[in-house]
Amino acid sequence: MTHWIVAPVVLPALLAPFIVLAARYHIGIQRAFSVAGVLALIAIAAGLAWQVSAGTILLYQLGDWAAPFGIVLVGDRLSTLMVLLTSVLALFVLLYAIGSGWDDRGRHFHALFQFQLMGIMGAFLTGDLFNLFVFFEVLLIASYGLMIHAGGNARLRAGVQYVLFNLIGSTLFLFALGSIYAETGTLNMADLAQRAKLIGAEETAGIRVAAVLLLLVFAIKAATVPLHFWLPSSYAEAPAPVAALFAIMTKVGAYAIIRVYSMIFPPELEVTSGLHDVWLLPAALVSLAIGMAGVLAARKLDRLVAFSIIGSMGMVMVAIALFNPPGIAAALYYIVHSTLAGATLFLISDLVRTGRANLELLPQAPVAGTALTAGLFFTGAIAMAGLPPLSGFLGKLLVLEAAYGTDLVVWIWAVVLGSSLISILGFARAGSVLFWKAHSVEPQADGPALPRPAVLSYVAVGGLISLLAAHTVFAGQVHGYTTNIAAQLFAPEPYIATVLDTPGKLSKPKEEY
Amino acid sequence: MELLVASAIGVMTAAGLYLVLRLRTFPVILGISLLTYAVNVFLFASGRLTTGAPPVLRDGMTVYADPLPQALVLTAIVISFGMTAVVVMIGLGAFLGSNDDHVDDQPDGEEDGAESTS
Repeated sequence: MTHWIVAPVVLPALLAPFIVLAARYHIGIQRAFSVAGVLALIAIAAGLAWQVSAGTILLYQLGDWAAPFGIVLVGDRLSTLMVLLTSVLALFVLLYAIGSGWDDRGRHFHALFQFQLMGIMGAFLTGDLFNLFVFFEVLLIASYGLMIHAGGNARLRAGVQYVLFNLIGSTLFLFALGSIYAETGTLNMADLAQRAKLIGAEETAGIRVAAVLLLLVFAIKAATVPLHFWLPSSYAEAPAPVAALFAIMTKVGAYAIIRVYSMIFPPELEVTSGLHDVWLLPAALVSLAIGMAGVLAARKLDRLVAFSIIGSMGMVMVAIALFNPPGIAAALYYIVHSTLAGATLFLISDLVRTGRANLELLPQAPVAGTALTAGLFFTGAIAMAGLPPLSGFLGKLLVLEAAYGTDLVVWIWAVVLGSSLISILGFARAGSVLFWKAHSVEPQADGPALPRPAVLSYVAVGGLISLLAAHTVFAGQVHGYTTNIAAQLFAPEPYIATVLDTPGKLSKPKEEY
Repeated sequence: MELLVASAIGVMTAAGLYLVLRLRTFPVILGISLLTYAVNVFLFASGRLTTGAPPVLRDGMTVYADPLPQALVLTAIVISFGMTAVVVMIGLGAFLGSNDDHVDDQPDGEEDGAESTS
């Protein structure tokens, strides 16, 4: 049994208290340890992804207790891909936070950052639904701290909304878990997958309610309309590096939907039939439309980016709701793209803020360094709106291709293409107001000199954009790998067998003691 | 007993939902507390209601209490307690900072909370 799979959870969990206890007043030491920890995470995640790329499934029994009695961590292609994505994103976000000085504007940024990583990694790796709830809470409580980092009234007010909404979501999650446990007597995902099939046709009321409640909880996390109301204010008011890290949090919801509804409640299961095509798909289409309409309607740049996150989550959910292997493969390709593009745009909006008094979409006098920021915004906007040549275009193409031949193909194509047009308009309007019309305003001679963004900030944003470029250049390989992931998800028998048949502490024969 | 527990969960959930839909922070936090109480009892009942039954295997016993929901409830209580404390602190900070405890976004220009709903 390899112990490496627990390292992405344990490493940040040890690093965070160390940063609080030992390096409290030394921002330099905090930065060094935080960056070193994230670099180590990337190495571990890459190693794990390499190990499972052939299709093996890594299992880690906590305390050596066999499933379903103990809690297990499971690493397959999907979860290790998400862990790798999180750690790579975390590195660039951290570099930006250090470069822009955001981490020094309040206390305990690095400790909370590490706790947040611990929660996200755990949520991706766990094989137990209640453990998923616990890791959700870990990542949420760290995100509450990060969200109000550096304080300010507007941020605190948005923070109250964010925390309240998520508390209600957590309560809903507990209701779902309670009803699942009452119906099946287990919370281990692999065990649930076997028991959900056994429920008779006339006793499905409880498990149906549980499946819908669980879908609602994950839809809150994934900001699917009509459960998206928490996102615009909180992402717009959160410090930019934090909002960029939050780009992965909506994907935790998408990941949970893929995991639970491919393994426990697969589309062919009679109990939950209709959940994806009748409910999830229209909701996803509406979120796509509303998100992109919000891009056009937003009056501030940070809100615009927040709405583009909702729109891109809508795109991901459309691909997921198709629930066929090409759809999941396209969704995973788009998840990687949308995480990187969303984070890039949040960081760029902070670069814009450095040279302006606010982020209102009104012409203001140009400042030093705008040309480079404008170029970066142009690239990020192209990626997010899904224009060629960047990966957003390819992702959209894959979603359209996966939708071809399904019943709702007309609706999906119409909404995806129409919303793309709207988002292009929205980004073009924002970019031209912010950067081109700036030259029509006379700069005030006696105004305070605004500082240029630090070089490290540009390095972080440039790194994310080069990752997007790599995601485009190696699209064939990445899509091939996501196709393999989808194949593994739609044949969950090895996963279930690995989890349930591996002996633990008490299942060993007597003579081994 | 089933009727008592079920109606207790139902009444707490209903009251909690009503309070959660209010406009000001304090009733919403109270409502969330009520909802977490309701969900704790609900989790407890998900292992079936038994009285005086042992939770671990013993000779000569046929009826057992399920120990797992009790562990789940303990976890849920700790988490919801901590979260409620966090939201009270953030809510207090927001109220003291902007002298307004509305939960929703106020339209631009009406930041002083002139309307007296709730």
